[in-house]
Amino acid sequence: MVTNNSPASGAGDHPEKPAPRRKFIEALLGGGFLATAVAFLYPVVRYLVPPRALDLGGDSVVAGKVGELKPNSGKIFRFGNRPGLLVRTASGEFRAMSATCTHLSCTVQYRDDLQRVWCACHNGQYDLTGKNISGPPPRPLELFETQVRGDEIFGRRNREA
Amino acid sequence: MAPLRAVRNWLDDRFGWEELIYPFKKKTVPRHKLSYWYFLGGITLFLFIVQVLTGILLLLYYKPGANEAFESVQYIMTRVQFGWLIRSIHSWSANLMIFTAFAHMFSVLFLKAYRKPRELTWVSGILLLFLVLGFGFSGYLLPWNTLAFFATKVGTEITGQVPLIGKSLMVFLRGGEDVTGATLTRFFGFHVAVLPGLATMLILLHVLLVQRFGISVPPRLQAEWAARPPEQREMKFFPNFMLRELMAWYVALGALGALAAIFPWNLGVKADPFVPAPAGIKPEWYFLFMFQTLKLIPSKLWLVDGEVVGVLGFGAIAVTWLLLPFFESAPPAPPRRWITALSIFALTYMAGMTIYGYLAQ
Repeated sequence: MVTNNSPASGAGDHPEKPAPRRKFIEALLGGGFLATAVAFLYPVVRYLVPPRALDLGGDSVVAGKVGELKPNSGKIFRFGNRPGLLVRTASGEFRAMSATCTHLSCTVQYRDDLQRVWCACHNGQYDLTGKNISGPPPRPLELFETQVRGDEIFGRRNREA
Repeated sequence: MAPLRAVRNWLDDRFGWEELIYPFKKKTVPRHKLSYWYFLGGITLFLFIVQVLTGILLLLYYKPGANEAFESVQYIMTRVQFGWLIRSIHSWSANLMIFTAFAHMFSVLFLKAYRKPRELTWVSGILLLFLVLGFGFSGYLLPWNTLAFFATKVGTEITGQVPLIGKSLMVFLRGGEDVTGATLTRFFGFHVAVLPGLATMLILLHVLLVQRFGISVPPRLQAEWAARPPEQREMKFFPNFMLRELMAWYVALGALGALAAIFPWNLGVKADPFVPAPAGIKPEWYFLFMFQTLKLIPSKLWLVDGEVVGVLGFGAIAVTWLLLPFFESAPPAPPRRWITALSIFALTYMAGMTIYGYLAQ
């Protein structure tokens, strides 16, 4: 069989020009395969990304009851699906903040011997306004507004816009 | 034995059995005072086989899911006959396998067995080491206890520190923004399907490359043997080395059985996302050197978070390690001294930091 685009065939008229039809077919085939690959991969990649969880927490939750905490102690409460920390300072004041360490997101706790918020994972420490003061945490804990209504203490998140 | 020979002849008739096993008959293993280090790769393979078998047994009763995982492991350990033993063997074998994989890696490093032409054997081996760590990390979460919960939180959060793609990678691993039952489902899938598939393919490649190139001889010994050929000694792979290797496996099995029976693995306390991380929490020993390093990095280095520096540092080290043979000289040139120095430093650093992490409060 004689092919007009192989160099061996000696088609001297167009030595370095491949047949345009061949190129066209190749581009069509290559483009088709590429499109097929994209059409298969796109849904798979989207499938791998989990749907956003609904934040059922709202902006304000009951963090605890007034009688529940002695001065100089703390407890974890649920703020939606994340933990919050309610602290009663030695002077009797209530403070509520996020309990997720800003370092690597372990759950922090109140240490009455230090009178600080402490993370057991990497020894990070925060003061009672949530400010990071020692160890690896790079940012302060988010401080919530606290309100005492009746015997319930509410933690309220300050949403930005 | 006549029936056996008949089977062999039958196979030989059809697809040239003799020809197929010929390389194994011809294969030899160099014999010298460091030959014992050659057993470590085989022992790691043996422990992997133990993992596959005990893993399949655990699958008969294990249930993934935040409300069922802990209870199902408890059920395995308390109700299923010998369930405690199977789980204990799986946990112990996992830890021993990680140890022997690291020991194998360092022995290859110090015996200079990764140099040309064995670069790809090294690369496949390091990838297997990463996979083994992945097995450890994903399997650790499956009992859904407090320690595992926080280890997974920290580990995935570290992934989140990678610039640009970190956040998406973390969400992908966790199956959401937080570590939840969705994370457990994903980790279960990785642990029992994705990683075993990848590991099996890589093990085949790794072993095939080892077969192809034969066993390496340390450069100094190679030079001695070249100078005085009569001193060169070797043994046949089959049956001499094979039988020794099987004895090593048998010893490993004995050690494994004893450890699993005398020190059964604990289950711990069920994970609760709403309790603080317990005091004294630490990762498994094989992540301890990284954990301790991250603990020592200050929160800010210049303008960058300390974590980001740590993660990028470890990432860079991992890539360098993977590509180490490509920085090495080719035999018969002497091995590069800085690589030997780096190997000694790496071993000392890992061992030192692990002990420090273990003792630190």
